[in-house]
Amino acid sequence: MAEILALRDAVKQFVNDGDTVALEGFTHLIPTAAGHEIIRQGKKDLTLVRMTPDLIYDQLIGAGCARKLIFSWGGNPGVGSLHRLRDAVEKHWPQSLEIEEHSHADLANAYVAGASGLPFAVLRAYAGSDLPKVNPLIKTVTCPFTGEVLAAVPSVRPDVTVIHAQKADRKGNVLLWGILGVQKEAALAAKRCIVTVEEIVDDLNAPMNSCVLPTWALTAVCHVPGGAHPSYAHGYNERDNRFYQAWDPIARDRGTFTAWIDEYIHGTVDFSEFQAKLAAAQEAK
Amino acid sequence: MAYSTNEMMTVAAARRLKNGSVCFVGIGLPSKAANLARLTSSPDVVLIYESGPIGAKPNVLPLSIGDGELAETADTVVPTGEIFRYWLQGGRIDVGFLGAAQVDRFGNINTTVVGDYHQPKVRLPGAGGAPEIAGSAKSVLIILKQSARSFVDKLDFITSVGHGEGGDSRKRLGLPGAGPVGIITDLCIMEPEEGSHEFVVTALHPGVTREQVVAATGWAIRFADHVSITDEPTETELTALRDLEARTAAAHGQAPGAA
Repeated sequence: MAEILALRDAVKQFVNDGDTVALEGFTHLIPTAAGHEIIRQGKKDLTLVRMTPDLIYDQLIGAGCARKLIFSWGGNPGVGSLHRLRDAVEKHWPQSLEIEEHSHADLANAYVAGASGLPFAVLRAYAGSDLPKVNPLIKTVTCPFTGEVLAAVPSVRPDVTVIHAQKADRKGNVLLWGILGVQKEAALAAKRCIVTVEEIVDDLNAPMNSCVLPTWALTAVCHVPGGAHPSYAHGYNERDNRFYQAWDPIARDRGTFTAWIDEYIHGTVDFSEFQAKLAAAQEAK
Repeated sequence: MAYSTNEMMTVAAARRLKNGSVCFVGIGLPSKAANLARLTSSPDVVLIYESGPIGAKPNVLPLSIGDGELAETADTVVPTGEIFRYWLQGGRIDVGFLGAAQVDRFGNINTTVVGDYHQPKVRLPGAGGAPEIAGSAKSVLIILKQSARSFVDKLDFITSVGHGEGGDSRKRLGLPGAGPVGIITDLCIMEPEEGSHEFVVTALHPGVTREQVVAATGWAIRFADHVSITDEPTETELTALRDLEARTAAAHGQAPGAA
């Protein structure tokens, strides 16, 4: 059974230094509030897994929480580069970042394999690509029935996965909809799973065949309305495209980035205070 | 109607999408061209985005690959793993529509690094869905602006394979799809030459000279025996494109054409 906890307590109890952590959400339902809380608590040496690192990992990497990044597309969607990721890879700031690079099909399959309790995933991929030359974990396997040579990649099995979702009930059953990405697979592939939700209700009223994660498959559920910002939760809030654009100049420079983290993350006690501070700053403009 | 070279590129790319074809769409220029096709010549084109929407009919262009607009206008939304497993790898995609940072003469694509992988000069976003789209879609179209920096003699990194080293490379690699069948730029259209599979210019956009194309290509680009001139964008095409860009700009708070 999932415990209904404050996000601060969930991160404190279930995210440890050195863990392999997947904060997933394919553009939609990105658990930004949890990323902030990990920075606030100064977690270190994390191996971060995420198909699209996005702003959430740009922040964690720049804040010095990460030792390694496993990913498949590292940009600021519709805007440009992730400057903190690039600075870590190109100039080793604030520390060296080991990268393990895959394709989307590979990581999506690797999450499916992880959720399925399998050690590796098999897919038709990478023939002719240079990625296997720089990632020794991308190997091949020969089909025992047809002889076809296919790609084999290790499954993703995080110590802890964090996702955002729309609704939970009071027992901690979670309902999500819209663009699901790899949310379900990432949740079920992990040893522990924290879900932040827009609201907690008496009854999910989930239509048959909905994507519901049962409480007994989760570790903690935290009520964090708007917790995906600047990503979004379908039916609750819209993607804040302007914030994605505004992030570019903030992250471009080490000084402005560090000042932003100090002001907005270390200078706030939780996500609702962060939201209030951000709203006040935007209003002042 | 007067038009820009970027508009010519988008219109020329849109014309390549046959009505009723199933298209796996990359974000940015491919998404713009694919939606223009849907709004003009190919109303029944099926647009699939890697985030999960199948049959998306967005009223405004998505800024990200996972905008809510894609989900709301889709026939169905499936998990990302399913997109790659059942719909792409399962052999259900007619056209993979890709952008690129760099291409070479065989339509191989680099979106990973400029310079050495471990000591990069420029770190690019990486693979995303492209390697498997390039491998498994029945055919591939590539759209990008042409310059000597983007059309290079030798890629520092092959992220997604086109025709490999040319000739029967794809066959030897065991790739199921036919690979890239067209590169559409702001200057011209290139198609693979039979046999060698090297991309040669088959059409110039109106007003573009061969010298311009040569200057904007990092390898010794060749021209097909018969080079046609692309038809100018029609009023219908331009109006549909400009309306789409205006709606998009209004929705995202951007300058028209920036999406």
